This record gives sequence, structure tokens and C-alpha cells, in this order.
Amino acid sequence: MEVIKITGTDDTPNVILDAEKGIIEFSGRSLPEDVLSFYGPVLQWIEEYIQSPNPKTEINIKLDYFNTASSKVIMDILIYFETIVKQGKEVIVHWYYQEEDEDMAEAGEEYSDIVDVEFEMHVY
Amino acid sequence: MENVDYMKLVYQFHKDMLANKFTLVYEGEITHQITKAFTSLTENKMESYSEDASMKRKVFHVMVECLQNLSKHADDYKVLNGNGYSGEGIFIIGRTGDKNEDYHILTGNIIQSAKVPEMQAFLERINQLDKNGLKELFKKQMREGSLTDKGGAGLGLIDIARKTGSKLEYNFIRIDDKNSFYTLRTKIIRNQHI
Repeated sequence: MEVIKITGTDDTPNVILDAEKGIIEFSGRSLPEDVLSFYGPVLQWIEEYIQSPNPKTEINIKLDYFNTASSKVIMDILIYFETIVKQGKEVIVHWYYQEEDEDMAEAGEEYSDIVDVEFEMHVY
Repeated sequence: MENVDYMKLVYQFHKDMLANKFTLVYEGEITHQITKAFTSLTENKMESYSEDASMKRKVFHVMVECLQNLSKHADDYKVLNGNGYSGEGIFIIGRTGDKNEDYHILTGNIIQSAKVPEMQAFLERINQLDKNGLKELFKKQMREGSLTDKGGAGLGLIDIARKTGSKLEYNFIRIDDKNSFYTLRTKIIRNQHI
């Protein structure tokens, strides 16, 4: 599968999708004008990836800010990965937050409550 | 109106804004570009008087959600060239509290009167929930909801209530048989115990 790298802007995140390494990464800010058109290709890639995933996938989420529409997309992404966890694949979400950013820490905890995917929390 | 009346009107606007401690008032099309411009303007302004990080984050967050609600949910909206949407409405940010230490964000837009009862019930439901109730509703909506064509997740108001810890203040005014004017006020109170 093709490696996808998207450079972030002030309203869209940096994205790395690397099937060979089993790495998925989002960093920066996410409040795109149109979440569906920004994340559409990302979701398509993930849908294809989970058809034949690596034994281990690492998802790095290091966002300073995301709006609620983006939070729904993150949820949908995690739900995709939940399906391969059920098939016995290893998936780890590395959730990064700034020390004083309680909301971001709480958001990570909430996702880990909702989906059956392993989370590791990291302060940066 | 004579020219002199316009001049007086400008002066009156100026006085009204100061008296109400409104720092930004905008009426018209709310687009993504405007959302970005207003949030960065407000961020820079808060930066200039060293507002604390938590307040800055809260104000930014509520602004984005309120502006996106206007651009996505106002019934007076247009599909723009490309993929964006714009809604018509009024957006105000101002200072409030005894010592002007708090912020409030006010929005107003036209909605179809037929949608008022559902909207009102949703707002009431949010206002009746405590911190944990809001958290559970947010999680449920995130897991079970789906994005609309306009990219709405139905999470904005729940999130505003959670992030600010304040009740949502709202009002609906009848315009005519079909339309109402929906006003929402969100307070961002310093040191609010959430």
C-alpha cells in the first residue's frame, strides 16, 4: 500500500499512513473546513489497511486541538482498529497530551473507555 | 436616513458595544475563513494580555463550535463553491462577570419554527445533565452517532456544556409562521468548578 503523508496546516493535521511499518499518525490541529473531504481518503486507506493489517499497528495521536467533528472521525478510525483487535492483531494507540491540557488527557481516557483498543498515555 | 443619522448610529453602536463590553460583533455569512479569522484574532488579543492557557483553550474551543454550528445549522445557509457551507447569523464575543474576568459568546440565527421543539428539548436535556451525565451522553453520541453531510457530529453543544461547566442559555423568538430566531449564550467563567 502507498505511504500517505499529508503536511498539516493551521486547521488540518499532519498525517502519516504507513502500512509497511504499521504506523498511523496524526499531529497538530484538526478543525478542517469539511471533515468528510479531508478525512475521506484517510478512512478509505484505513479501510483497505485493515483487510490485511500488520501483526502490530501503532497509532500515534499528538493533537493540540481538535473540534467535535474531528473527534467523531477519530472515533470512527478507532472503531476500525477495534475490529482487527478482535481478530487477534496487536494495536496500540499512543495518546499524547500537554501536561496542563486536562481536556486532551480526558479525551484520550474516554476513547480508551469506549473502544477495545490498548492505549498508552504520554505527556509531551 | 440623513447622513448625520448614520453618523449618530455609528456612535451609538460604538457606545453600545463598550457599554455591553462586546469585543467582537459580526453579522452575516459565517464561513470557515471567518471562523479562522475570528479565532486567531481572539487568540492574539488574549495573548496580548497574557490570558491563562486554560481560558484561552476554552474560549477558542467554544468559539469554534459556535461558529461551526452557525455555518452548519443555520437554516439560512448556502453551499459554497468547493465543499464548504456558510450560514447567516450574528456572532458576539464579550467580557462579563463582576470584574469582567469572564467571557461570553452569543450567537443568533434563523431556524425553521418546526425544528424549535426538538432543539429546545435537546438543549434542556443537556442542561439537566451533570458532569458525568454529559460525559456519558458525549460518549454515546460519539460511538453511535454519525456525521451529517455537512460534517456535523451532534456533539458541539454537549461539548460546549462540558468544557465550560455552564448551563446553556437560549431563547427562541418567533419571526413569522415559518421562522424563528434562535439565540444561544455560553459563559466561560474563570475558575469555574467543573
